Amino acid sequence: MTELHKLSIKEKLKGLKDSTFSSQELTESYLKRIKKLDNKINSFITVLEERAVRSAKESDQRYTSGSALPLDGIPIAHKDIFCTEGVLTSCGSRMLSNFISPYSSTVVKNFEGSGSVVLGKTNMDEFAMGSSNETSYFGEVKNPWKKDYVPGGSSGGSAACVSAGLASGATGTDTGGSIRQPAALCGLTGIKPTYGRVSRYGMIAFASSLDQGGVLTKSAEDAAYMLKTMSGHDPKDSTSLNVEVPDFVKEIDKEIKGLRVGLPKQFFSMNMPEYVEQSINESLKVFEKLGVKIIDVDLPHIDLSLPIYYVIAPAECSANLSRYDGVKFGYRCEDPKNLEDLYMRTREEGFGTEVKRRILIGTYALSAGYYDAYYLKAQKCRRLVANDFKEAFKSVDLILSPTAPDTSFALGAKTSDPVEMYKQDIFTIPANLAGLPGISVPCGQHQGLPLGLQLVSDNLEESKILRMAHHFQLNTDWHKSWPELD
Amino acid sequence: MDKKMSEWETVIGLEVHVQLATKSKIFSGASTLFGSSPNTQACNIDLGMPGVLPVLNEEVLKMAIKFGLSINANINSPTQFARKNYFYPDLPKGYQISQLDNPIVEGGGLEITLKDGSKKKIRITRAHLEEDAGKSLHEDFEGLTGIDLNRAGTPLLEIVSEPDLSSPEEAVAYLKKIHSIIRYLEISDGNMAEGSMRCDANVSLRKKGSKELGTRTETKNVNSFKFVEKAIQHEIRRQMKVLESGKRVTQETRLYDSQLDETRPMRSKEFANDYRYFPEPDLLPVILDEDFIKSVKDLMPELSEEKENRFIKEYKLSDYDANVLSVDPNLSNFFEEVVVRSRNPKLSANWIMGELSAFLNKDNLSILETKVDSINLGNLLSRIEDSTISGKIAKEVFEEMWNSEKSPDEIIQEKGLKQVTDSSEIEKIINQVLEQNQSQLEKYKSGKEKLFGFFVGQVMKASRGKANPEQVNKLLEERLKE
Repeated sequence: MTELHKLSIKEKLKGLKDSTFSSQELTESYLKRIKKLDNKINSFITVLEERAVRSAKESDQRYTSGSALPLDGIPIAHKDIFCTEGVLTSCGSRMLSNFISPYSSTVVKNFEGSGSVVLGKTNMDEFAMGSSNETSYFGEVKNPWKKDYVPGGSSGGSAACVSAGLASGATGTDTGGSIRQPAALCGLTGIKPTYGRVSRYGMIAFASSLDQGGVLTKSAEDAAYMLKTMSGHDPKDSTSLNVEVPDFVKEIDKEIKGLRVGLPKQFFSMNMPEYVEQSINESLKVFEKLGVKIIDVDLPHIDLSLPIYYVIAPAECSANLSRYDGVKFGYRCEDPKNLEDLYMRTREEGFGTEVKRRILIGTYALSAGYYDAYYLKAQKCRRLVANDFKEAFKSVDLILSPTAPDTSFALGAKTSDPVEMYKQDIFTIPANLAGLPGISVPCGQHQGLPLGLQLVSDNLEESKILRMAHHFQLNTDWHKSWPELD
Repeated sequence: MDKKMSEWETVIGLEVHVQLATKSKIFSGASTLFGSSPNTQACNIDLGMPGVLPVLNEEVLKMAIKFGLSINANINSPTQFARKNYFYPDLPKGYQISQLDNPIVEGGGLEITLKDGSKKKIRITRAHLEEDAGKSLHEDFEGLTGIDLNRAGTPLLEIVSEPDLSSPEEAVAYLKKIHSIIRYLEISDGNMAEGSMRCDANVSLRKKGSKELGTRTETKNVNSFKFVEKAIQHEIRRQMKVLESGKRVTQETRLYDSQLDETRPMRSKEFANDYRYFPEPDLLPVILDEDFIKSVKDLMPELSEEKENRFIKEYKLSDYDANVLSVDPNLSNFFEEVVVRSRNPKLSANWIMGELSAFLNKDNLSILETKVDSINLGNLLSRIEDSTISGKIAKEVFEEMWNSEKSPDEIIQEKGLKQVTDSSEIEKIINQVLEQNQSQLEKYKSGKEKLFGFFVGQVMKASRGKANPEQVNKLLEERLKE
């Protein structure tokens, strides 16, 4: 019974269906683990104990009455960026540290509609800005594999909690790598689908044209179950894609023989630690054995990705975060003297350093006289990057690279050097710029810390990505290992 | 002053904000109804809650396209929304969703009629869609500002003219034309008192004959035709004083104070200089294909100019009457309903522009609130046409109709106002009048023929106006010849 958390979602669903265990038992076992272990890693901002038990009981009733829903009774966690009605939705910020959302995001509703049980809201970098989960107002999250190391970010709480077996899976958001990089650093499978696949309604905006919801799970198969639930057209999000969602779970078993994987020259000519390169090479051997062809590809503008991103994302965030002014909701400074004082002190006190840095960069990039040189130019270059991928996908099905430049790093190691921190996302940002789906899959370990490889496909080919990851996992064991916490 | 003025030339461009008459807001499903209790018509989206997203209301596209087609403008496709960034408490998101590049309507123009009857073409630069902000209420809470976000997200069409207007009168004529168009198209109620149509005026002066534009000021939020005229007049006088004294006009935003009848600069904090526009990432560019534009075009009503021409042709109205009656769609509808019954367009026009509008003005009512409806007015006029009553009696009946809201026939019946057309009746009265006015009769007979009018008047008076005036004339003439 103590090992319930080690079951896959598929196995859990079977156990629930066969009444091997109830959702209440499953949920309570997770709540017990959270109580016991989360003080070591700080992965949750809010634990919804009563609410979780209540919905677990409802799930059990549905199993009894034979009306079970697709993910009925599966305990999951939501990144605290997804608005949840009646629940604190903080976005990791002091600014929203008192914000009880009056409505639920489409993602939260989709999971409710599938019967899943929400254990709580996970910690994150403030407003999803960060790659180490050290910018959260609610304290840093620790990597379950090494507790003085970072879990990655911004979905660091989601990564840490799933990695520690405190939830079956967790939602995350990925603007420049915020699902894939923490998945890599915590030894998880993390998928960011095509831009527009998952509704952004109720997902607190960082950079609207880049933000995309996704999931962090132990395996590609688990990811397929969760992604299927959260995807789909939403009339409340004008950028949501009105296309059919494939049955990711069914598609996952299809063969991968004959698929072509491209290795971008530009990535592999960079200096990377030997163990990173080695883990990739060994993974390539696994794929080759499965009949996958490996080809070199050229992404000539890919090196522009980081600077493009750090113009566009801050520009959009500077507008998206203007609504936090102390007038209508959220944090308000004490005794404002006048309107300007209210604005200045609320935003000075309510936002953390990294958020303020990005608001300033973005405001500058959009200012009169600088717009053309920064924002407009970045948008033009963004198209070049997208075109590089389009061109590459004429000859390959997927593009493979490491997910992050290295394993996790020690807490505090990069906090004083923002540019060093930004480089964490060097391999993940291009997919966001082009709106493409990407996944990170555990592919090795170095000194007890996980490594991840990334697969990126053309638009709407999440099935292909999940299938590749699944077959890789059928032939490797990296995703099966658990950190020792107890 | 006038002499000095003649050395200067005024250049005016107007920005008109028109609230579009959609049921729901431009980016949310909340109602746009005016006058509800504060913050009862603002949903999560209007409040700018974390995580909300805008979804474009298709009705606003149709309305903007209608306007564009009516001024022969280009409809841009794709048309693109942009964020205009500034902080203000009644702007919930800290940015306004507006349009910068590729506004939905670009180019085109309209004709205004000048005092001397000549026409002038005013070019329109663009018309773009945007969301309205909420309202700050500074009076209701001591030392605090209240925010009412009911208006936040109400669709606006901002119509920007070229600087083609050269006097306050022209500016008002242009505004009235816009007002007429939007009401004809039924895209706005145009109610200026409720803020459905608001105007910012860009005014500058230059030496006559100069080709270069002078430095302009922008006077914000002038909310009636009268205030627009006064604000511009004031601004012209002020700028002239500045220029005549050899100083330069400062480019700035000013506010018109209708109580003091003056404009004054807004504090620099009240407006931002750099709006940091960028394309709205939450809304994709909108493709307006030809089929869609055509489907909108097919639903367009007859516009005032077409109507004006039709009135001249079909009803043989004068240019002036046709113009007055076609400006307001409610008025022109009323007119056509009256004609159906009166069967006399000219008579109907005279009554609507004369008696009816005098009574409306007196009670400060709009044509929609008239106490004499088109059916009753048409019936009244038909009683003049069929000689039941004279025009003079009709005025008496009209007043009674206005006060009692009875039908004309009821009043004619009750008061016994039916015109006397029986010759023997009239002859009887004539005899009476002549008998009572022997001295005048003698004077008349001795050659003072001017007294004929006196007798007509006396007869009409004796009949209490009911005698048919033509018959009175004829019979009196015959009688006096005897």
